Amino acid sequence: MPLDGGVSCLRRSEMIGIGIGELESPPLDSDQVHVLAVDDSLVDRIVIERLLRITSCKVTAVDSGWRALEFLGLDDDKSSVEFDRLKVDLIITDYCMPGMTGYELLKKIKESTSFREVPVVIMSSENVLTRIDRCLEEGAEDFLLKPVKLADVKRLRTYLTRDVKVSDRNKPKVPEDLSRFSSLAMVTPPPPPPPSITSVKSSSLEEIVSSSPPPSESSISPVDSPIRRMEMRSPGLD
Amino acid sequence: MDTLVAQLQRQFRDYTISLYHQGFLDDQFTELKKLQDECSPDFVAEVVSLFFEDCEKLIGNMARALDQTGNVDFSLVGSSVHQLKGSSSSVGAKRVKGLCVTFKECCDSQNFEGCVRCLQQVDIEYKSLKAKLQDLFNLEQQIVQAGGRIPQVDI
Repeated sequence: MPLDGGVSCLRRSEMIGIGIGELESPPLDSDQVHVLAVDDSLVDRIVIERLLRITSCKVTAVDSGWRALEFLGLDDDKSSVEFDRLKVDLIITDYCMPGMTGYELLKKIKESTSFREVPVVIMSSENVLTRIDRCLEEGAEDFLLKPVKLADVKRLRTYLTRDVKVSDRNKPKVPEDLSRFSSLAMVTPPPPPPPSITSVKSSSLEEIVSSSPPPSESSISPVDSPIRRMEMRSPGLD
Repeated sequence: MDTLVAQLQRQFRDYTISLYHQGFLDDQFTELKKLQDECSPDFVAEVVSLFFEDCEKLIGNMARALDQTGNVDFSLVGSSVHQLKGSSSSVGAKRVKGLCVTFKECCDSQNFEGCVRCLQQVDIEYKSLKAKLQDLFNLEQQIVQAGGRIPQVDI
């Protein structure tokens, strides 16, 4: 099994090249998942890029929301019909960035006609319920607490694969397991989500396009329990 | 009688465990090691090296901001601290991250002496970690040069 999608090994100079958005992965194989990663921190870009490549994704990593919009062709008002539809299967962005936050980037992507159906995942080092709610309400697919781990990325990968399969179109849109909520994981297992969550959180791309905005009463956030991973952490080191 | 390789491997194991037990590293460092393979055998070394460069740059920014006597921009210091906290968290530099938490509190309360103290501590701490990780990577190299494999260490 290829560990990093068969892409050539990176040397440090290449790492930095990827880190500042100058170097991209080799040409896209249309079957491979292409992820746009956005983070102003070089260290975090390198790590997320490696995490994604090791799960067989092609990655383009950029250092700001503006660069992301530029990459997507959303940075001006001209319609971009003249260039080939860019294949981006997932956008993963840091929340706290100078200039344009991940939330603002999320909004711009969801407002666009070309990319509104692309799942957007937000990463943040801060476990703030109101922040998480805002992002999910704006249409974010998921919210990852930093530091991001391999298990988080693998989980993203599995629901992406399900989305791409056309045969899933007619299957019932029920989350197959609650582990996809693990970025919102509690120490004790969560109760089954109410039906409104199913329509928002199910992983089908068609649903994301057609679903109405989620209800505002934060039914997604586990208000009674801290949002944590399934591991113990020292308090105050968040 | 222990071979050289076995001795080096034991040293490596003991040293790694001590770094975790003394709180220099946390499980995020373990996560980084998972991302290393034959294709990217120096991934961890390269990421931490970028992290230490980041430390130097950010600490420089903080020092300059704190040096503006009577006109310190604490939000500027705080933003550098936030960045350092983020990258230290991403590489598993537990002590550095912990210091950043305290440092951020000093910035938020505009505590100048506290900030200066924290800056000094963060500087010492990242350099200390840098030296220890260099020792660890040197041990890895010695093991490989002696024909051995780097052991998997379960913390």
